[in-house]
Amino acid sequence: MGATITEKILANAAGREQVSPGEIITARVDAVIGHDITTAAFRELEKMKVDKVFDREKVYFTVDHFVPSPTLDAAAQLKDLSAYIAKYEIKHWFDQGRGGICHAIFPEQGLIRPGMVVVGSDSHTCTYGALGAFSSGLGATDVAAAMALGELWLKVPSSIKFNFFGALPEMVTGKDLILHTIGQIGVDGARYKAMEFCGETVRDLPIDDRFTMCNMAVEAGAKNGIIEADKTALEYLEGRTQMPFLTFSSDQDAVYDAEYRYDVTRLQPVVAQPYSPANIAPAGEINGVKLDQVVIGSCTNGRISDLRAAARILRGRKAAHGVRLLVFPATQQIYLQAVKEGLIEIFIEAGAMISPPVCGPCLGGHLGLLAEGEVAISTTNRNFASRMGHKNSKVYLSSPYTAAASAVAGHIIDPRQVI
Amino acid sequence: MAGKAWKFGDDIDTDAIIPGRFLANWNKDPEKLKTNCFIDLAPEFAKEVAAEDFVVGGENFGCGSSREAAPVAIKMTGVKIVIADSFARIFYRNCINVGLLALESPAASAAIHHGDLLEVDSAAGVIRNLSTNETYSFTPIPPFVQQILDLGGLVPYVKQRLGID
Repeated sequence: MGATITEKILANAAGREQVSPGEIITARVDAVIGHDITTAAFRELEKMKVDKVFDREKVYFTVDHFVPSPTLDAAAQLKDLSAYIAKYEIKHWFDQGRGGICHAIFPEQGLIRPGMVVVGSDSHTCTYGALGAFSSGLGATDVAAAMALGELWLKVPSSIKFNFFGALPEMVTGKDLILHTIGQIGVDGARYKAMEFCGETVRDLPIDDRFTMCNMAVEAGAKNGIIEADKTALEYLEGRTQMPFLTFSSDQDAVYDAEYRYDVTRLQPVVAQPYSPANIAPAGEINGVKLDQVVIGSCTNGRISDLRAAARILRGRKAAHGVRLLVFPATQQIYLQAVKEGLIEIFIEAGAMISPPVCGPCLGGHLGLLAEGEVAISTTNRNFASRMGHKNSKVYLSSPYTAAASAVAGHIIDPRQVI
Repeated sequence: MAGKAWKFGDDIDTDAIIPGRFLANWNKDPEKLKTNCFIDLAPEFAKEVAAEDFVVGGENFGCGSSREAAPVAIKMTGVKIVIADSFARIFYRNCINVGLLALESPAASAAIHHGDLLEVDSAAGVIRNLSTNETYSFTPIPPFVQQILDLGGLVPYVKQRLGID
């Protein structure tokens, strides 16, 4: 019987010929990632009386959630984190001004490679499946255990195959593909499972769109999202890493829980309506939703191609009167690239505020919370109640094209109505 | 000991359990999470919940973020057991690690009403509804997970693995 990519990576990490869905294994961990809120994991490590991590080169940290510190609690957390980074001699540490959002900075720096097992105390750790790695989110204590032991117990997930075929229509992106998919299967449609994305559309999909798709696998309840590392992934890795890695692909006779086939030629730009990432409707069919705020950025859609897409819409146009347009490049390097390409100038002329590379309002932290009754469209990943601010505010999720076009219109529209 | 059921719906996300705005430096003083548990969804919860009470959810309880602050917030209110039709996976792992008992029971989740008086009999492996005289079974805890629970959580487990006293 054949195996899926996920099963092959986990078998390799468990030192086994093969593993079966449902069995509990102990897997070697190749990298543990964290950010400022993961300071909590170091405190658990201290409780364990562990004085060193399993491998100082395999623990990566950045700061992205509550930076620059908006409160005294955040400032105190950051101070403690810096001390832990020094004490545990963490090698890959991206302090303020040196990095950016975790799920963008670690791949950008060549620290994520195909075939790895990566865990971290952030639910969107599943993003790295875009490079053919097994990656999954955990809580702080689990991450502390992984930092101490260099291994993790986990149940081998069964896989669901999502086969996309056909050429993507104009301004339909990876974000639209994943939102459509979550809309089809629901927020628990892949609970505990691996979501494997494949097919000719995925083979033609740029790497940034693949990050977006795997990033949101957790919004369907998945343990991980994964795409076979192909030519596009290898091109992305070129010049970023000299480290060896293994690429895996699913066997023809691998067993899946289910297989979905989507003809993408009929897809339209979509939005997820409040308060669920599965509440999907075509952007062009959302009538009369007036906007107070537009957010472009995040670990989901803050990469250079996302900013280029937004700039394509915003060039020579302005955000509508009364709309706050906020742009969050995902890393310092992406920010700098956007400056060099003139994208930042386009955003400023469109009336946007440009933020440092942080998570900001995505999780209701700071830098753009919504007041009671306010409405936003955002390229982030969650639109639960209270997510971006007041419990009676509303967030619609979309691609950068749809968000930028809606900023110009002042209400939600299909971006193809602007260009 | 019997306690009251606090009934919640399907897909209760971790932002509903503890919103993101309370996360900065949360485990420096986890007690502080208590007053904000379910603050936006059910503001009366933190004020009125008793230590012997139960949180009862529907499908996919605890979906969303990986924040361990979510089960810790529930635990800080004194609640020791959460019952649901099903749990989101990160939340379920976090419950094991922080010592909040998560019982998966579709029958209990479907039948229990808000305010019902409940009791869990661990030895018999059942949840008793004293208000309706019903009993519900729950999914047995996997042996490996039980081992971690018996040791007192993941922190003691790691110490044992590394031979740390």
